[in-house]
Amino acid sequence: MTAVRVGIDVGGTNTDAVVMDGLDVRAEVKTATTPDVTTGIVAALRSLLEQGQVDTGQVGAVMIGTTHFTNAVVEARRLMPTATIRLGLPATRSLPPMVDWPQQLRDAIGEHTYLCQGGHEFDGRPISQLDPEELRRAAADIGSKRIGSVAISSVFSPVNSEFELQAAEIVQTELPDVAISLSHEIGRLSLLERENATIMNACLRDLARRILDGFEAAVRELAIGAPVYVSQNDGTLMSIDYTRRYPVATFASGPTNSMRGAALLSGVRDCVVVDVGGTTTDIGVLKGGFPHEASVGVEVGGVRTNFRMPNVLSIGLGGGSLVRFDPHPTIGPDSVGYELTKRALVFGGDELTATDIAVAAGQAEIGDATRVEDLPSDLVASAVEVIGHRLAEAVDRMKTSTEPVPVVVVGGGSILVSDKLDGVVELLRPPHFPVANAIGAAIGQIGGEVDRVFSMEGHAREDVLIEAKADACEKAVAAGASAATVEVVDVEEVPLAYLPSNAVRIRVKAIGDLELTRDDANR
Amino acid sequence: MRTVSEHGLEHLALGAAVLGTGGGGDPYVGKLLAQSAIRQHGPVNVVTVDELEDDALVVSSAMMGAPTVMVEKIPNGDEVIRAFKALEDYLGQPITHTTSAEAGGMNSTIPFAVAAALDIPLVDADMMGRAFPELQMCLPTLYGLSASPMAIADEKGNVAVIETIDNLWTERLARSVTVDMGCSAMIALYALTGAQVKESMIAGTLQLAESLGRSIESARREHRDPIDVVQSELGGVRLFEGKVADVNRHTQAGFARGECQLAGRDAGKDTSLVLRFQNEHLIAIRDGEVVATVPDLIMVLETETGAPVTTEELRYGFRVTVVAAPCDPRWRTDEGLAVVGPRYFGYDIDYVPVEEITRAKSS
Repeated sequence: MTAVRVGIDVGGTNTDAVVMDGLDVRAEVKTATTPDVTTGIVAALRSLLEQGQVDTGQVGAVMIGTTHFTNAVVEARRLMPTATIRLGLPATRSLPPMVDWPQQLRDAIGEHTYLCQGGHEFDGRPISQLDPEELRRAAADIGSKRIGSVAISSVFSPVNSEFELQAAEIVQTELPDVAISLSHEIGRLSLLERENATIMNACLRDLARRILDGFEAAVRELAIGAPVYVSQNDGTLMSIDYTRRYPVATFASGPTNSMRGAALLSGVRDCVVVDVGGTTTDIGVLKGGFPHEASVGVEVGGVRTNFRMPNVLSIGLGGGSLVRFDPHPTIGPDSVGYELTKRALVFGGDELTATDIAVAAGQAEIGDATRVEDLPSDLVASAVEVIGHRLAEAVDRMKTSTEPVPVVVVGGGSILVSDKLDGVVELLRPPHFPVANAIGAAIGQIGGEVDRVFSMEGHAREDVLIEAKADACEKAVAAGASAATVEVVDVEEVPLAYLPSNAVRIRVKAIGDLELTRDDANR
Repeated sequence: MRTVSEHGLEHLALGAAVLGTGGGGDPYVGKLLAQSAIRQHGPVNVVTVDELEDDALVVSSAMMGAPTVMVEKIPNGDEVIRAFKALEDYLGQPITHTTSAEAGGMNSTIPFAVAAALDIPLVDADMMGRAFPELQMCLPTLYGLSASPMAIADEKGNVAVIETIDNLWTERLARSVTVDMGCSAMIALYALTGAQVKESMIAGTLQLAESLGRSIESARREHRDPIDVVQSELGGVRLFEGKVADVNRHTQAGFARGECQLAGRDAGKDTSLVLRFQNEHLIAIRDGEVVATVPDLIMVLETETGAPVTTEELRYGFRVTVVAAPCDPRWRTDEGLAVVGPRYFGYDIDYVPVEEITRAKSS
């Protein structure tokens, strides 16, 4: 019996699923995302298994990618009220938590911030001692406001995490039901960026529980016994339980998946990837087959973080975008989202969407084309022009030079892209392009991580680093990565001056492709 | 005189971080501090050196310590004001203006916070034309002007006023205090008259930083290479393009010290560049040969965007381009090199201007 992998992409509009047999796509489906998430996944999986003639017992693993968490932050919706406790007084008062956040997001989670004593100096001395009474007062206030999630950050917690852990214990004792997110588990050095990521994680905890319960329920309903993984920002996979605690780790996994899917499908290693979804279009760049990463000052929903993530431009244009004439056409940014197949004209609805324009212009044959044949052709032409112009402009913004590069178009909404885009010489639509994202999820990479305190005394630094890197690579291979593809993607060194014998905390992450040969699939 | 408001700082912070040559403090935190002060106290009046009265009393405001610490232990906000007040009390006369000791991400924006909070004008000038790690490395030192009395303050409320026999001692004593204060402190120093500012400082640094930032921004928008812009505006040369292969960094004796190795890509994949830094980049060694040293500016920029990368931000895998540019000519004199030349930093090599090294290589 051959084990296959199922890749699922749960987007704001569509839920796509593929069955991958090694590197071959055996079946693919696209269904509407449902408000409860579960029903949509169940429907997609049912029709997928039927179409691919796959038994549930043959499924070796299910990989799910989702943009729900990123979208929730970008749209400032479905976020839970969150309190932030920062330990560091009297330092850090000048820039309180969320100091540089967009107002919309602050309003969404509330401005419940508590600056408290604590924090460490670079060499491990406390800045001030933790004050349990102060923390209990903060907890009482948080409790009285019925806030369900708390982010805790402390100055230099990547060097010494004891205050964050102690504060968590105090808060949890006072408020047994709140979810707590600790900054040293989420980010690296740089207080504001690490704290930002922690607060975003905290405000997603409730949504994470609902969405991930939905994933599990769907897989259980179909009696699939295989393990379920979720895609993270760097293209690697994590368990459902881990995702429940660290939903922020899914940020940007959508574009990473679609770019990696596009690379596999097109075979092109250097290109611009345009992923047109139902609500937004994401444009990213592949260089040598890898998503081009942003380095300094990466923002999510206007909030600065220091995650590793691909450099992606997102514009509010997709298959479900509403089209209005005033008298000039405007497209989006609002979208009918997952109700596309109910509310778009071609599906019998009464909203004019970008998909209707594509059908009227003869770019696609979906739904009932007769329902848009009465649209005045000059209006259709002008809307097509606006869509083309906005896409061309976005592609141009992402290009790093004036040299022509091929453009690979993927995603369910890619019917919006006509065959010619200004300034684009070569436009490719690889096979299975509508489900590139689910394919990217199915071929999710395997990571190996080392996070350990090393003693540098009596050791050459190079040797210690070589050892740490080798360990990380070995872990990746042990977890199922193909040895030939494993490479170190991140190294972080934090000297722990307060410990004797020249101690250094070293974090190394290595990533490799899933071992994807047909033989391997026979395991 | 012109007025700078909260939003006028974006380009300035970007350009100043380029001039900061890897140091000068995190431009993001620096910008936020200045913006929050301006939000609270109102916009800042910036005067040119020419507009300054000869009998003005100008004091520089800056942060001192390791940039690796600043991004974690963010200031309380009152430190620099307390340092200013302490120095003013000690001097026994009112400080009329503030200015920048160096160009850099944070040290170009901190004076805005001071000017806003104390409601005094800011003089558009600096003492280095870049950033250097130590306090005596300021052009006024070459003119025999004193850095002390200086005041230093931490977030806990400690303030010290230091009076020393020369500027090297100011650095030495202030550095010890900084380390005890947790490797980040705010300082007020170099109390100069308007006439002394005109004689010894570099005029127009803020303007230069702002115009550099604006040019980088428009190059990005128009798909021109932003690194070309930096190169041409500063008369610099491109030393290397590659990927960060290793960063070895320690917070030591009050500085962020270390070394960064870059590996070449594509056609240059067998080449490498090593950067040694003490808060700022001091020396660049390409394939075993020194290609640039202090006091010339060695700048690390993100290859795609031209964004300056500070030494504390350098991270494995970043794709960067290294550009070197000539420093202020006064640093190239024997007196200047004695203060900031490669030998001062322990490198047993003679200083050769970066444009001469490049010319020798291409001939």
